[in-house]
Amino acid sequence: MGRPIVSVFCGALVALALAGCAAQPAHRTLYEDLGGQKGVEAIVSEMLLKVADDRRISAAFAASNLTRLRRLLAEQVCAVADGPCKYTGYSMVESHRGMEVTEIEFNAVVEALIYAMEDLKIATPTQNRLLAKLAPMRDEIIYR
Amino acid sequence: MHSKPSGWRIAALGALVALASSSAYAGGRLLATGGGIPLAGAAGGGIVPWAVLSGYSADEEHGLTGAYTRVETDDYTLDAFALSYDFYNRVEVSASRQTFDIGSLTPALGFDPGDLKQDTFGVKVRLTGDAVFTRRPQVSVGLMHGKNTEYLIPSVVGSRRDSDNDFYVAATKVWLTGPLKHMALLNITLRSTRANQIGLLGFGGDLNDSRQTMFEMSAATFVNRKLAVGFEYRQKPNNLSFAKEDDWRDVFAAYFPNKHFAIVAAYADLGSIVLPHQSGFYISFEGSR
Repeated sequence: MGRPIVSVFCGALVALALAGCAAQPAHRTLYEDLGGQKGVEAIVSEMLLKVADDRRISAAFAASNLTRLRRLLAEQVCAVADGPCKYTGYSMVESHRGMEVTEIEFNAVVEALIYAMEDLKIATPTQNRLLAKLAPMRDEIIYR
Repeated sequence: MHSKPSGWRIAALGALVALASSSAYAGGRLLATGGGIPLAGAAGGGIVPWAVLSGYSADEEHGLTGAYTRVETDDYTLDAFALSYDFYNRVEVSASRQTFDIGSLTPALGFDPGDLKQDTFGVKVRLTGDAVFTRRPQVSVGLMHGKNTEYLIPSVVGSRRDSDNDFYVAATKVWLTGPLKHMALLNITLRSTRANQIGLLGFGGDLNDSRQTMFEMSAATFVNRKLAVGFEYRQKPNNLSFAKEDDWRDVFAAYFPNKHFAIVAAYADLGSIVLPHQSGFYISFEGSR
C-alpha cells in the first residue's frame, strides 16, 4: 500500500523545488510585466488610496509625508522588480522602528497591494512574483 | 436507522448560515490561509489536518469557523458538523460530531446496525513559521481526541477501546511563485494513531493495538486567488482482522469567494470499509467570522 503515492509525492516535491529555482524567465523583468515606471506608480498610488480607506492602517500612514512615501514606495517596488531604480529611503528595520507593526497591519498593507493590482488587472502570477519579492521584508517590518 | 434531524443539528446549520452571512470584520489573515475544517474541525484539506489554523484571525484576533460536511460513497454516507475556534493564530480548539450511516450492511448482518457515531475534540498549536511569508514552513502540533458515542458495532468487529488520542505534527509551506507560475501549497503531516477508519470503528484492534506513525500529505495549486485544486493522501493503520482498512486519497477543489464562506468539494477513494471499493463525492460548506 502506498508506494506509488510516495513516488508521486517525491515527484511533486522535485517539481516544487525546480519551480522555486527556475521561476525567473531571462527576458522580461518583473518591472516590465508590472508596466514599467508608469505601471509601478499606478500600483503605488492605488495601494495608498486603499490604505487610506482601511481603518486598520490608515492612522499609521496618516502622519507620513504622502508625496515622499509615494516616491519611496515606487522606488522600492521598481528596485525589487529588477527595474532601473535605486531605493534611497531608510531600511525597512529603520523606517518601522518603534511602530510595533502587528501581523494584522502588515497583512492589511499586503491586501491593499493585492487589491490595487487586481483593480489594475495585473495577472495573478505577476502579482505573486512581486509579493514573493516583498515577502522576506516581513520579519524586518513587524514588531520593530 | 436514519436519524431524524435533531435540535442540535438544526442549531448547527443555523449557526453555520449565521457565520457565513455575517458582515462582521473577518480577520487579518490573507484569503484562503485558513484552509478548510472538514470532518474533525482541525484546519486543513479534506482528509488531512494542516499546520495552518482555522479562520482568518491574525495575531491580535480570535474567530469562529463552522462546517457541515457530507461524504457519499457507494454504500455509505458520512455527515460531520465541525466547529473550530482560533486564538491569535496561535492556538486552535475544535470539536466535531460525525455520523456514519452503515444501513447498507443490514442485509449482510441480518440486523440494522444503526449509525457509527464519533465526537472529536482537538487542540492545535502553531509552533513556528508562517505558511506564506517565511522561508521555513509553518509547523504545528496537534492532539485529536476521538470518542465513539455508539460502540456496539466497533466492539463486535474487534476494536479495543471507544476513545483515544491522536498526536500529529504538520508542516505547511506556500510558494507564491510555484510550478507554472501559480501559487502552490504542500503539507506533510505525521500522525501517531491507532484509530480504525479515523476512529469511526474505535481505536486499536486484534491485529494491532499499539500506536503507529502514519504519513499524510496534501498538495495544491491555486488557479487564482479564490480557487485551489489539489490531491491528498492519508495512510491508515490496519488493526482489525474483521475487515481490511485501506489508505485514503482524494482530489479536491476549494473555493474561497471571501473570508466568510468556503466550499470544499472532492472525489475521495476511501478503499475498503468493510465493503470493498468505497469511493464517492465529498462536499463541505464552511462559514467563518
